[in-house]
Order: sequence, then C-alpha cells, then structure tokens
Amino acid sequence: MNELLALIVAKYNFWLYIILMMIGLYAMIAKNNLMKKLVGMNIFQTAIILFYVSIGYKHGATLPIIQGGHGTHDAVIHAADYINPLPHVLMLTAIVVSVATFGVAMALCVKIYQRYQTLEEDELRIRLSEK
Amino acid sequence: MKFLGLVIVCLTGGLLLYGSMDLPDWGDPASPASTHLSDYYIEHIVEETQVPNLVTAVLADYRGYDTMFETAVVFCAGLACFLLLRDFRPGKNRYYRHIPTGVMLHFKNPDTRMIPGNEFEHMDRDWVPSDIIIKTVCRILIPFIQIYALYVVAHGDFSPGGGFQGGVIFGSSLILMAISYNLKTLLKRVTEKFLSIFAATGVLIYVGLGVLAVIMGGQFLDYGMLAPLVPWDPGHVRALGMLGVEIGVGIAVMAVMVIIYVNIVSEGRHDEGL
Repeated sequence: MNELLALIVAKYNFWLYIILMMIGLYAMIAKNNLMKKLVGMNIFQTAIILFYVSIGYKHGATLPIIQGGHGTHDAVIHAADYINPLPHVLMLTAIVVSVATFGVAMALCVKIYQRYQTLEEDELRIRLSEK
Repeated sequence: MKFLGLVIVCLTGGLLLYGSMDLPDWGDPASPASTHLSDYYIEHIVEETQVPNLVTAVLADYRGYDTMFETAVVFCAGLACFLLLRDFRPGKNRYYRHIPTGVMLHFKNPDTRMIPGNEFEHMDRDWVPSDIIIKTVCRILIPFIQIYALYVVAHGDFSPGGGFQGGVIFGSSLILMAISYNLKTLLKRVTEKFLSIFAATGVLIYVGLGVLAVIMGGQFLDYGMLAPLVPWDPGHVRALGMLGVEIGVGIAVMAVMVIIYVNIVSEGRHDEGL
C-alpha cells in the first residue's frame, strides 16, 4: 500500500491529466449534443497540453529565459538551471491551433443548425434519413 | 451507449494509468525528455542566436518552418470560418430605434430606409440595450489591454512574450469591445476588409522574411543573412529577424481571432450577435 502511495505521489501529474483526459473522452463518446462533444474535445486537448508542459518541468530549475542574456554573455550556461523549453514551444503552437480548429468546428455547428434546426445527434440522423 | 462509453473510458484510463508507471517522476531533471536535444538548445542558444528567451528562439529559429505553417493553419481556419458562414444576402427587414424614447420602428419593405442620425439609430432584431457601467469600464480598459498586447509582442525575444500571446490579447480586446458595445461599433472601426488584409499580411511578413533570406544568399528563414539590410549591430540581426517574424504572427493571430468571432456570433450576417 505504501509503495502504491509513493508511486502516486511521484507521478501524480500523470494521474490528474489522465483523469481529465478521460472526462473529455467520455464526453466525446457518450454525449448526444454536438456542442457538448466539442467541449469534451477541448477538455481532452487541455489535458494533453498540461501533460506536455509537466514533462518540461525540472526540480530546482527556473524559467527558460537566460539570466543576464542581454548583451555580452560569458558565463557558462547549465542546462539543469532552466526548464525544458521544447514542450513549451510545442504547446504554445498547439494552443493556438486548438483555438483555430475549435472556431472551425463551431462554424460547422452553426451551419448544421441552420440547415437541420438541431444539434442533437439522434434527431440529426432522423432528419438526414428523411431527405 | 452511455454504459458502453463508460466501459471504454474506464479501460482506456486504466491502461494509461498502468502505462504511466514507466514514465519519469514529476520534475525529474534526468528524464529522457530533458536530457538530449533540449540541453543543446539551452546551452548553445545565446551564442547561436543572441536571444535570451529560449521559447522564442526555438519557436522562430530552430523550428521556424513549424511556426510558419502553424501561422498558415491559423490563417486557413479564419478563411474556413469566413467561407462557411459569411452571408451576403441583404437583410429583408430593417429596424430603427428612436433614441430619446426607445420606440422601435420596423420596416418590412427593404427599399424604404431612413438615414440614421441623432434621433434614430439603425439596429437589429436581436438588439439588447448595452449597460452603461459595462460600457464605461470597457471603454477605459480596452486601450490598456491593447498597449499591454503590443508590449507582449515587443518583448518576444528578450523576456516573456511573443507573437501568439500578444496577438491573442489584442484580438480579445477587440472582442471585448464587440461584447460590451455591439458588433456594429467594432466593425465600424475595424472593417472586414481591414481584418482580411491584416490576416494575410501577417503570413506574408513571415514568409517574406524567409524569402528575403534566400534572396540575400542564405537558406530559407536564415535571419543572419539579413545583416547587410540592417545598418546597426550585426550581432543582433537574428534577434531582429525573430522580432519581425513575431510581429507577423501577432498580426495574423489578432485578425483571425476577430474574424472567427465575428462570423460565428452573427452567423455570418455581421449585423448583431452576442
């Protein structure tokens, strides 16, 4: 039991993100409304973003901005002093793209609503088979 | 379906939790993600690019292609929203409001129209009176939000900041204006043409800087080649190139955020939304 507890404490970030991710996945699978599915997708994306950012963290390290980097810089830079910038870069662009794709998805939802007067999936299926 | 979904989610979650046993501990400096490539970035970035902000340096220099196409994706998303939703049909009914009394006039014939002046103003079916407290607070706040956005863009290469963040802050200040006043007030100041030109200009600045480097005899997006064009301090040319790229990204992101918002809230009619 204590071993399991130590394991969870050492990796609690992954546990939290997996729970968050599963909430998003459940919303995408089980919800009937297209808008709710989109919200689920956004929760899922947020969990992935948090997961990546947490990978970049190092104990005892500071922000990835070189101290005294303005102008001439002679001191040796130790990689252990700065957190990993690569996941931050990837997620910075991922956040913007997730917002953009969310916008396109909402535009599609508006179009679907204008044509079929509903966003519920089962009703949509009935309307589609009518025509 | 709900029960089946729950079973699938629990199975996937359990498998992922089991898989996370092999992942490195939280904040472990010796984890595989932090030991190979990122160490090279951290230790060599200042001598290679003269930019102290590592995130910007990796974003705009080492991974310049990635960010360029990222900007193109954002531009395409704005374009997709416009093409899906924009409605060019003229409104059939016209609504006018008498400002002193609040009486509404409804013209069913699209040919008759009034010239809105001090007495009457043109309005829409879904019009909601705007609250004076919200309007005043937003009127005071918006210029400061915009100055902060420009500050964030300008600090892209030396301290926390960058084009994506600054562009989003600037775009959200314009969206705040649309929410607190109404959509027409925003579109009177920032027209649709202006937004479209800005969205394209941002991408053009990014690609143009890359092409300029090719013309100057270097590789695509090799900002160091721009040195003869900049009359001062050749050591900082890479930083200046990155700043230019960040400005392009900021302009594109700002314009696309507003395009997406305006088209979605008004279903493409551009009259009145939320």
